[in-house]
Amino acid sequence: MSTPAAPLLELVDLARHFPVRNAFGRRVGWLRAVDGVSLAVRSGETLGLVGESGCGKSTLGKTVMGIYTPTAGDIRFAGREIGRLPRRARRTVAKDLQYVYQDPGASLDPRWKIVHSLHEPLKIHTTLSRAERDREVRAILAAVGLPDAHLDLYPHELSGGQQRRVGLARILTLRPRLVILDEPTSGLDVSVQASVLKLFRNLQDAFALTYVFISHDLSVVRAMCAGIAVMYLGKIVEFGPTAGVFAGPRHPYTQSLLAAVPRIGGRRVTQDFALVGEPPNPRDVPSGCRFRTRCPLAQARCAAEEPPLRPLDGRTVACHFA
Amino acid sequence: MAELLAVRGLRVDFATDRGPAQVLDGINLDIATGEVVGLVGESGCGKTTLARAILGILPEGAARIRGGEVRFRGTDLLREDPAAVNERVRGRAITFIPQDPFTSFSPLFPIGTQIMDLMKWKSPRARNGRRPLSIFGRYPRTRYRTDREAVLETLRAVQIAEPARALRRLPHEFSGGQRQRFMIAMALLPQPDLIIADEPTTALDVTIQAQILRLLRELVKERGVSVLFTTHDLGTAHEICDRVVVMYAGQEMEAAPTDAFFGRPAHPYTRRLLASVPGPDGEIRDIPGEVPSLVTPPSGCRFHPRCDYATAECRDQRPALRALASSHGVRCHHPVDAPAGADA
Repeated sequence: MSTPAAPLLELVDLARHFPVRNAFGRRVGWLRAVDGVSLAVRSGETLGLVGESGCGKSTLGKTVMGIYTPTAGDIRFAGREIGRLPRRARRTVAKDLQYVYQDPGASLDPRWKIVHSLHEPLKIHTTLSRAERDREVRAILAAVGLPDAHLDLYPHELSGGQQRRVGLARILTLRPRLVILDEPTSGLDVSVQASVLKLFRNLQDAFALTYVFISHDLSVVRAMCAGIAVMYLGKIVEFGPTAGVFAGPRHPYTQSLLAAVPRIGGRRVTQDFALVGEPPNPRDVPSGCRFRTRCPLAQARCAAEEPPLRPLDGRTVACHFA
Repeated sequence: MAELLAVRGLRVDFATDRGPAQVLDGINLDIATGEVVGLVGESGCGKTTLARAILGILPEGAARIRGGEVRFRGTDLLREDPAAVNERVRGRAITFIPQDPFTSFSPLFPIGTQIMDLMKWKSPRARNGRRPLSIFGRYPRTRYRTDREAVLETLRAVQIAEPARALRRLPHEFSGGQRQRFMIAMALLPQPDLIIADEPTTALDVTIQAQILRLLRELVKERGVSVLFTTHDLGTAHEICDRVVVMYAGQEMEAAPTDAFFGRPAHPYTRRLLASVPGPDGEIRDIPGEVPSLVTPPSGCRFHPRCDYATAECRDQRPALRALASSHGVRCHHPVDAPAGADA
């Protein structure tokens, strides 16, 4: 799937901070949700973004989408900086980027027929005639595996799985280039998850999509993504090809994260899982390396110096001792 | 091992607009003393309904028990006097760990108040005699002091730092993982024989999940408590269970010791379910078709419309339980007799 082309999406030291205010509205600190993230996704690839809740995965996705404006850093999309574009110019990029929430079916208006929901994005972003729009909508509906007859139904007349497909069709009507999938399979049963993942793969091939796949489920990321970026408290700690990272994780956090995934067959991971404690409060991040408070390798240097991302084994790792 | 709980032929219907939905259709389940049994299956297969039926907390009005028995230490809970079940069994001999640690505490009261409220009624030292405590009744002071000691000790066992201070704090001051530790402590405090844990780690991150699973397994093994652990995550079931039962559309399909369940699954559904877990090869295999409606369920074996091995026999007749090996039972006319991975 990968082509050695220029990256479709490139993030350079991207940051998004939120002010923390007290009861009187005075700013008392900053929550550094995304704090200097550099990443690149090539066209047609799937990049997995993993980490525990609160590590800033979703904020990163939403900042790329333009839902949040970046505090610092660049978002380069197809070679162009889009993070600081004026509003009107930013809108022309909007249709190339789409965001899929956990349940895309839930974003359908319950009082609109499916046909109405699918036409809407085309009305806003294109100048196609009604007949052209209709052709487009039918083609997309077929691509997600639904019959034309569903166009005249309301969302409640469809099953949850079919609603999800319509939600995806709606995202695809604008023929986006980059789709950000935010926890698209969490809470699903394995068998439903398998069919959803299959659909994502088919759509990726059919529409030449590039995915950013935000998930906390490592086995799903392993199956879906060519590259993986591991986030901890707003920073990338390890970034590289999925196969390599899974085969030999170098950052101690990646190692513990992989060790925590329950496996079927073999040894129980709970027998020798070592990571203690929980992630610290992102309002009050530790000095130096952010992982040092839970890290088995931590030493004095980790508190003093923040480890930069450095190349190692065909990937980048932010650890003094990796 | 001694039998602790035996569910036999349990049938539960739920009233819906389109008629009764047969949510449990003649379910059998056995739990021995000290055993951790996993109940796995997809959403809507009846896991939670079974757990609630055992606890006797099915939604009144909507659910109707149509037959079967829930035998706990020899007595059928469905036919026992409800007041006696409430006093001696529910919350005492059988306790519960809910799925969602975020909504299971009241946000308005300190954790300690909520735990001591539980202990007032369900402490192993509570003797609810002829005149049970009323809501306005005082908590006997001497018992309060011993119960509080027990609470602090159990909180230390679930690794809550500074338990005495923690009791004064409000639920929102704790993370999901810590709240789930409180829930585990509350399930252990009445010194139950059986804990029903309903997807207790679904809402947690993997690293926290690993910590909680390890803690739970250590504590129940140390105390000899049995656990019924419902989950839709097969990996989690592999982690914590001694034996696994798989349900599909209100029927149990296969029950086996954990190693045999994952190593030599015999039911076509079990094999399909295990195959749909994304493996290291990156291959994704789904189960064709959809979960059937329980209002008009398929006849015979409820899995037959989606099964590769289905024959006319499967459509007409519900398969009887077949013993393949000791404590490995399967309900299938054509069980697959091959190690996992030989075919799918």
